[in-house]
Amino acid sequence: MSEPVLEIRNLDVDYGLGDRAVHAVRDVSLTLHRGEVLGLAGESGSGKSTLAYGLTRLLPPPGVITGGQVIYHPEKDSPYDVLALSDRKLREFRWAETAIVFQGAMNSLNPVHKISTQLTDVLRAHDPAMSEHSRNARAREMLKLVGISPDRMDAYPHQLSGGMRQRVMIGMALILQPQVVIMDEPTTALDVVMQRQILGQLIELRERLGFSVIFITHDLSLLVEFSNRIAIMYGGRIVEEAPASTIYRNALHPYSEGLLGSFPALRGPKRELAGIPGSPPDLAGMPSGCSFHPRCPKAFDPCPTTVPVLGPPADANAAGRTVACWLHPALENR
Amino acid sequence: MTSTKAPSGEVVLEAVGLTKHFPVRRRLRQILRKEHDAVHAVDDVHLTLRRGRVVALVGESGSGKSTVARLLAQLYPRTGGDIRLHGASTRVKGGRPFREYAARVQMIFQDPFASLNPVHTIRYHLTRALKIHGNAGSTADELEAALHDLLTRVSLTPPERYLDKFPHELSGGQRQRVAIARALGARPEALLADEPVSMLDVSIRLGVLNLLRDLKERLNLAILYITHDIASARYFADETLVMYAGRMVEGGDSETVTQAPAHPYTRLLIDSAPDPDRLTGDAGALEEDRGNGEPPSLIKPPSGCRFHPRCPAAMPRCSTDRPVPLEIGDAPGHWAACWLYDKAEAA
Repeated sequence: MSEPVLEIRNLDVDYGLGDRAVHAVRDVSLTLHRGEVLGLAGESGSGKSTLAYGLTRLLPPPGVITGGQVIYHPEKDSPYDVLALSDRKLREFRWAETAIVFQGAMNSLNPVHKISTQLTDVLRAHDPAMSEHSRNARAREMLKLVGISPDRMDAYPHQLSGGMRQRVMIGMALILQPQVVIMDEPTTALDVVMQRQILGQLIELRERLGFSVIFITHDLSLLVEFSNRIAIMYGGRIVEEAPASTIYRNALHPYSEGLLGSFPALRGPKRELAGIPGSPPDLAGMPSGCSFHPRCPKAFDPCPTTVPVLGPPADANAAGRTVACWLHPALENR
Repeated sequence: MTSTKAPSGEVVLEAVGLTKHFPVRRRLRQILRKEHDAVHAVDDVHLTLRRGRVVALVGESGSGKSTVARLLAQLYPRTGGDIRLHGASTRVKGGRPFREYAARVQMIFQDPFASLNPVHTIRYHLTRALKIHGNAGSTADELEAALHDLLTRVSLTPPERYLDKFPHELSGGQRQRVAIARALGARPEALLADEPVSMLDVSIRLGVLNLLRDLKERLNLAILYITHDIASARYFADETLVMYAGRMVEGGDSETVTQAPAHPYTRLLIDSAPDPDRLTGDAGALEEDRGNGEPPSLIKPPSGCRFHPRCPAAMPRCSTDRPVPLEIGDAPGHWAACWLYDKAEAA
């Protein structure tokens, strides 16, 4: 496997302080490798977006990072901890090294500015010495790259369709050639035809420009198709991480299995599906032990009391996968 | 309940040539020239809801599928065509006729966070539905029994635990169940479900769909299931209709429509759906779509077939003649509005 570009180590994120704090992300460790698409799946409230905002230090108050490290490996320099950067360094780091495409990106464009202004704004902020001419040229080039005709430079966001606005957002994220692009539900508001076009284009761009992607969504079937590895979150923790095809064919955690069984298939035999009983947990009142145990069909003695540790399972073919479940205890748990 | 005795398969609600145009604000020049622009949201839609059957209406956003539901619920006046309830043409505008209509045809909305009033308890919501439609009984005990019955029907048990809660105390799936219970409070014959699960978490969507199917069987309901997810239509519906830009393009048995799609648009829709068995990042659907993946403007819809600017199989005829529904012949009742299947042309 190629070298890591972003390493999250034991990250904890809380909302609020003191006794009433809600633990949204608990002890998450995750590694993104160079050139890889890492899928992050989970339901609403599982902490997947909080994790993305936490590692880019974009958390709005009352969100607080209470522990852990986010180690970034630049292409040439030595690695450093993003969480320890000074404000000035952080401003340089953001967008140039990691860019983020937000949830509902269609509404993240400023409606009173032309898209050319919004595209060149980034360049002006990060490279004040750049001439206006070359800024515009770069913006044009970017639009062409994401499949929008450059003569739409002077359009306002409302003159573009949802899919085009989403393309502009992706182009904007890539304009400084970041190493890491975080996409938070980039296509949920779009129709399936548009979704496929945009994702197909993104994969193509990734091959050409060589950035890595953290792709956050609740649509697991989309992730299986488009990502290399998948991490599944539940109740603020990662419960399983494995290569995409392994998750699809042989998921170990009952929650992953349940999620996969929640999508009716378009092809193949028609099966009776059940989804997962119960509802996602409330972060303020998280169940003890494994937070999935009240909904888990296979829960047994240790589940309500002890939190399972994420580790390579001892019983299955453990190549490159980890799981946090007492059914498949990690090696060091024994 | 008397309605359960009706035979399964009996036609409840029919749309015949249903059309809805929304007027567009005119500019001065258009007023002077007496031009009337309109959004052609729904054009010439035919569908039939039968007891104990689920019909899915599949389409992208802007295809007019929600407008069809609202027309059938008589929330919008129609521009043309007819809505027939048990064969009798109906047009209600409000007041008592509307209530009588609503007692037989109920609607479930997409967003359970918006469709329940946050300042009232579940008891209030359900009591209101029961009282308005005269199903509350005459004593307090009968009302209480009816409330318990409703919540049990939608698997919110024990009912006492939910009755006095406020919507914010429930999860999305539970709220949607309350919305379904409220619709059932009218003892309807037909349910119009407008994307009932798209706002819910993936793990609980199937629970709600399975509940609807169960209710359909037990109460012998006719259900119109509106969705953008063609895979869930295959799972849940007996019959699937595909809409594009305000017109129906294909229809038939769900299994046939999804496994042997005939219309190029249905094929594009199915090829674009996420499929875990496909290789990583295969952009295969791009070849199927000549356009930029966007539906056309409905103010000036394309002439002829509305899909022809994007269609990979478009012929000269497609841009001039409006295609009529043509039998495909592979399964009974499978049709597509596409000139590719015109036998006279092929002969």
